[in-house]
Amino acid sequence: MGNHSDGSPNHSGTVATAGQNEVEKFQDPGIPPHRLRLADTDPKAAKRAERQVAVLFGSSVVGTVIFLVAYFAIDLGPDSTIATIRLQNALLGIGTAFAMLGIGTGIVHWAKALMPDHEVSEERHAIRTEDDRQAAVRIVDDIVEETGIKRRPLIRNTLLGAVALAPLPALAIFGDLGPRPDDKLAHTMWAPQEGKLKRLTRDPDGTPIKASDVTIGSAFHVIPEGLNELHEGKLNEKAKAVVLLMRLNPESLKPSAGREDWSYNGIVAYSKICTHVGCPVALYEQQTHHLLCPCHQSTFDLTQECKVIFGPASRPLPQLPIAVDAEGYLVATSDFKEPVGPSYWERDEHERNINS
Amino acid sequence: MSATSTANAPAFVAKTKGGRITDFVDQRVGGSGILREFGRKVFPDHWSFMFGEVALYSFVILLLSGTFLTFFFDPSMAETHYDGSYTPLKNVEMSVAYSSSLDISFDVRGGLFMRQVHHWAALLFVASVSVHMLRVFFTGAFRKPRELNWVVGGVLLILSMAAGFTGYSLPDDLLSGNGLRIIDGVIKSIPVIGTYISFFLFGGEFPGTVIISRLYMLHILLVPALILLMIVIHLFMVVVHKHTQYPGPGRNDGNVVGYPLGPVYAAKAGGFFFIVFGVVALMAAFFTINPIWNYGPYDPSPVSAGTQPDWYIGWVDGALRLMPGVIGDFHFEYVIFGQVLTLNVLLPALVPAGLVFTALFMYPWIERWITKDDREHHVLDRPRNAPTRTAIGMAGFTFYCVMWAAASSDLIATHFHVALNDVTYWLRALFFIGPVIAFIVTKRVALALQRKDREIALHGRETGRIVRLPHGEFIEVHAPLDDYKRYKLVGFESPVPLPAVPNEHGVVTRKEKRRAALSRFFFEDRVAPASPAELEAAHGHHGQHEVESAEAQKTLSH
Repeated sequence: MGNHSDGSPNHSGTVATAGQNEVEKFQDPGIPPHRLRLADTDPKAAKRAERQVAVLFGSSVVGTVIFLVAYFAIDLGPDSTIATIRLQNALLGIGTAFAMLGIGTGIVHWAKALMPDHEVSEERHAIRTEDDRQAAVRIVDDIVEETGIKRRPLIRNTLLGAVALAPLPALAIFGDLGPRPDDKLAHTMWAPQEGKLKRLTRDPDGTPIKASDVTIGSAFHVIPEGLNELHEGKLNEKAKAVVLLMRLNPESLKPSAGREDWSYNGIVAYSKICTHVGCPVALYEQQTHHLLCPCHQSTFDLTQECKVIFGPASRPLPQLPIAVDAEGYLVATSDFKEPVGPSYWERDEHERNINS
Repeated sequence: MSATSTANAPAFVAKTKGGRITDFVDQRVGGSGILREFGRKVFPDHWSFMFGEVALYSFVILLLSGTFLTFFFDPSMAETHYDGSYTPLKNVEMSVAYSSSLDISFDVRGGLFMRQVHHWAALLFVASVSVHMLRVFFTGAFRKPRELNWVVGGVLLILSMAAGFTGYSLPDDLLSGNGLRIIDGVIKSIPVIGTYISFFLFGGEFPGTVIISRLYMLHILLVPALILLMIVIHLFMVVVHKHTQYPGPGRNDGNVVGYPLGPVYAAKAGGFFFIVFGVVALMAAFFTINPIWNYGPYDPSPVSAGTQPDWYIGWVDGALRLMPGVIGDFHFEYVIFGQVLTLNVLLPALVPAGLVFTALFMYPWIERWITKDDREHHVLDRPRNAPTRTAIGMAGFTFYCVMWAAASSDLIATHFHVALNDVTYWLRALFFIGPVIAFIVTKRVALALQRKDREIALHGRETGRIVRLPHGEFIEVHAPLDDYKRYKLVGFESPVPLPAVPNEHGVVTRKEKRRAALSRFFFEDRVAPASPAELEAAHGHHGQHEVESAEAQKTLSH
């Protein structure tokens, strides 16, 4: 790079040092002389600008008419289609845009072309003058003196105490915003009811799944039997109980100690709720046996009991122990052996309680 | 105005009916005084001052369109079966909130338009607040006396994001429901009280049946009221401080140069409201935003690939994506004293946002401490004339943008046909080195631009006129600048590093040493403005001037 600053580069090689010791500065030449616009000197140009502003205001009127016609003339009756709604939306938008832009551009054009464009200078004033400050200090001193708060510490201290405590009821009154968490997060609908094991059923229609329906490479989105019949808290239960069911070649599963009987003929069931922040882990890569969460891309390896192999999750997906009932339907032999979904402070405690 | 009478001069009698009404009101509210104070108040003009206006106007548009929407929206999470005119969802089980959002879109005339206006205006609101803050930062407008207004602006930025997020969740569609699910997961990662906060917020387990109505109340009452309050404080302070102005001839810290409020500035600013509204209306007319009917009602089981939050939440979501849950054998979620610490969620959710906002709120005081500058500043810095500040700003901006890009890591991977994992690895690296690169590059660019300014101030601008000299050489003629244009290039302060000074006990404290080191870091590399003596020198050998500048020009163009 050439030296184009009239200064010799210093050690950093890019910074000009010339002039750094100069104290003398350029004088402010003041506000530049005002330059007249065409409309200031030529009456024809001014007239032209006037007409342009009027045309812009006129286009606003056209826009308003377009809006009203689109609103009243287009019927959103029972047999209207998406196309009708799109058309109406576009026309309402064009109408509004013309109505607004006509006024806006008209006013701005008027201001720029016809209103005086002399720049003027105004003095700034001190935000706080010393005079004001002293007056304010005197007033505050007088006020403090008249209250006598300095002379009567008893009053001051009791007031401080009272004011400090008074907001507590305002906090306490929010106590009923929600119930105590207790161990609600630790249990799901999969727990057998009165000794009856819950069947695995299809999401969303709730039909039970036969082990023979699950071919190698297939995947099922699963909800517990009876979920659709719930009248209350259906989504709450579903948010904990949804499961992904897949069948792999049994050899590729290497169950760890204690989990040998959690699968059936290579069919495994894992919680679908990501252990990161709870999105549904909805993508199954059949070739690689990976489960992928579309929200934050946590990736779990089915062949390693859904261990995290990529992404922000830290904990494997919980496995649901399954078996087959007398009619050949898949059932959960118990609830999950750990809380599902995102981690929380008491999670480990809950897991220990489940397994004890 | 006919309203000039006061209580002390009752002799004034207005002649027209309108005049009498004006006079009646004026005698009771004192409008004349207000008009006298503000009617001709001077406002500097610059295109970059519009961002704040855009923010204000999009907030007005949000209030207007939002009020319309409240007449039709029902924030209930009660279950219902859809029976509106959108056939693909006929009889589908959904919440009343989602169903009424569909009704607004398909069965209320103009409802879809108002929804789109509202959503676009919301995106524009957060965007304009952000860009306005960038403008204020890069021009140094946060310096004394405006530090507190900078803080108010930061609070407004947070509030605008809160307003956006609470509104985004209201339709109770699948996309926003997953967003809430993520928020729930983040809240649950908070040590000790996280589970309780989650249960208190959702009224029990996620998703529960109350979250939409609670967010609704926050969205239409609490958050907008706070925003309004902050806007009032913000504008009040603008009036107290008077507006800043860009450097230039005739402008200094003791004056304010611009157009009077009436008529020019009021007309331009008022007209601009209609322009902003018109542009939002155009976007609402032609660009679909948040087509909730495509997503379906919220259900904890399905999710669509390529999910994206609204743009302003992207950086936090991106941070969540970038954080590895496991490095080698180290799990970021671990059990401590029998309780779970979920650092893989907690760190990315809190630390980057915490860093950005802490730095943002503290920056005016940090710079004030380093420069020991207690003067009022009403003339802005051109970003190039504060190279280190500009570089710091760009480093922060890059930090933000890397996280923002990470929120689209899956879309980047699919659009550019690269591996998702590689995109994440790259972004993880950029998260750390991106801001450093941005700092270095920006600082060098700013210094180079300053050198270019010196060059132009001393040797004039390139005219594009090529002259052939008698001996056959071609040169380009440089035309000297007039005083006004030159002053713009030379009329700035170029602070030098402030060495550490002993305090009253004659001791140079460690803190003072740190300050001096930072001062050196800030101002060590500097390009001083051209001085009259230098200009004199450049003009001294004017006979050869054209040739010289032509040679300089040749070197420049290489």
